[in-house]
Amino acid sequence: MGILKKVLVLAAVSTALVANVAHAENKKIALVVKALGIGFFDAANKGAQEAAKELGDVDIIYTGPTDTTAEGQIEVINSLVAQKVDAIAISANDKDALVPALKKAMERGIKVISWDSGVAPEGRMMHLNPSSNALIGNMCVKMAADNLPDGGDVAILSAAATATNQNTWIEEMKKVLPNYKGINIVTTVYGDDKTDKSYTEAQGLMKAYPNLKAIIAPTSVGIVAAAQAVEDAGMTGKINVTGLGLPSEMAGHVKAGSSKSFAIWNPIDLGYAATMISYNLVTGKEEAKPGAELSMGRMGKVKLDDNSEGAMADPFVYDASNVEEFAKIF
Amino acid sequence: MMALFKLREVQLVAVIIAMIGLIAIRFPSFVEPSSLGNVFNDTSILIILALGQMVVILTKCVDLSTAATLALCGMVAAMLNNLYPDLPVALLLLAAILTGALAGAVNGLLVWKLDIPPIVVTLGTMTIYRGIIFLISDGKWINAHEMTDGFKALPRASLLGVPVLSLAAIIVIVIMAIALKRLATGRAFFAVGGNPHAAVYTGIDVGKTRFIAFVISGTLSGLAGYLWIARYAVAYVDIALGFELDVVAACVIGGVSIAGGIGSVAGAVLGSLFLGTIKNALPVINISPFWQLAISGSVIILAVAFNARAERRKGRVILKKAEVAA
Repeated sequence: MGILKKVLVLAAVSTALVANVAHAENKKIALVVKALGIGFFDAANKGAQEAAKELGDVDIIYTGPTDTTAEGQIEVINSLVAQKVDAIAISANDKDALVPALKKAMERGIKVISWDSGVAPEGRMMHLNPSSNALIGNMCVKMAADNLPDGGDVAILSAAATATNQNTWIEEMKKVLPNYKGINIVTTVYGDDKTDKSYTEAQGLMKAYPNLKAIIAPTSVGIVAAAQAVEDAGMTGKINVTGLGLPSEMAGHVKAGSSKSFAIWNPIDLGYAATMISYNLVTGKEEAKPGAELSMGRMGKVKLDDNSEGAMADPFVYDASNVEEFAKIF
Repeated sequence: MMALFKLREVQLVAVIIAMIGLIAIRFPSFVEPSSLGNVFNDTSILIILALGQMVVILTKCVDLSTAATLALCGMVAAMLNNLYPDLPVALLLLAAILTGALAGAVNGLLVWKLDIPPIVVTLGTMTIYRGIIFLISDGKWINAHEMTDGFKALPRASLLGVPVLSLAAIIVIVIMAIALKRLATGRAFFAVGGNPHAAVYTGIDVGKTRFIAFVISGTLSGLAGYLWIARYAVAYVDIALGFELDVVAACVIGGVSIAGGIGSVAGAVLGSLFLGTIKNALPVINISPFWQLAISGSVIILAVAFNARAERRKGRVILKKAEVAA
């Protein structure tokens, strides 16, 4: 299996290489993803191509293993090093396992950044997070507030009470609350990322808080279950379900009206920004170090923290106008 | 009067009423008829599964694959609906039920013909069935907009004011109550679990009876699978993950003896309703999620402790009844 995979990867990479010989002066930026054939990453590639078109002298090599393993990515990295690409932008399957291979790449003068799923600091020059906890928390409250001009009661439906991500986001939501007049968070309940429990908790919220105007569910299982519960209770239009979800899972509920909008990262923007940053590092215009500000074309600038990590932007908001289109992607 | 109160079912009814009373103090609208009807409706799937599980436990076995079977059958129905939107819902329901019966038959055959301990068999098939869901669905979700409206509407529809979901549970309760009381096979479940050796002497095929019990459990899981997926309008690999524990707990609380041979339809239904009431009440009375887990766990241990005491005296009496009936 290992040999076959190696041959396949080599074949794929060398085809890309041959295609690139035509304009050798172009910068070669490799977008390495967790695995090929995943809608989310195909969308990121779309963004990378957009950036390449904008920049003019860039060739994107979109590649990755056939399944989400660190070994597969190491093979891909090694063959990219052999081809002397100018930059590698990777979404890692393993934080630590890729470090030696990526270190070798950097020793050969290749610029290495990670995006989406990060690599340990010694294995990359910077890491681009799709968003930050503070931005996510703020966006969740903002989406609820945007549909409540006069304010109102809002409840949070989370995953497990011990889930680190969700708890951090909920803390951030409470921090920004004073910025949204009249928005009142009445309680936080936990659906444990189980459909049935989340559904029952959502029913309980509607019973216990007759004036409830919105449910914020920063979890993809919870938001779907809450939307269904609201529809079944006949509260569509009275209670708006928002939070974090995937377009393909939420399309039906946006159409039904139980969810006016929800958010998640936009993979297209992410691929675009990763390409822009890689390009600026390759041309030497910018340097990735703690405290630096890197430009990302139309996505603005990203400021790096002490670990050379930065957050790209607010989570992207999906509503009736765009959810159908993105539902096809991820 | 005292004799009546010694009955497990009567005790449970009293406990449930007391519990609803306590909840009403903190949250009065919980006792409105519509709200209580909602609790029953919400518990319907648990009741259906608990009745299937009870039959299996009666025969001294246990079916840990119920939740996985439910998820598999639900996914089969959802995928058929997604691929062939023109298929009538009745046919999809039938597909789910048949898939469930097949899954139950696999469990039953392994227990019957290969004589593998049921807990091992169903622990294995539990992961196998989840694995099959992953294989057929490729790990993808089937979402609300990928199902037809008719598919999702059935459990929500109502007949004479009773939601179809509740109606399904009521029909299953009635059928099971009659079958366990009146059919020879129904009595055989008690005999096989009460004393397998004695059952053999009365001419009961122990293996075959267990096989039938597993098929019943699988079939009901299949029915519950369609209802679950259509109700929550989403199907993926991890649907109802860990729900088998709720099902076994409902049986145990309802006085079904894990050692086999003791149990009643009313007990299993009341055990389910007990859990259902807690599940529906905890969100509205605002109790910390960590306490919720602790409360659910304590209740189960209490119920088992009660059972252990009751069985010492009751075991033989019921066996005699079963012997006479057989």
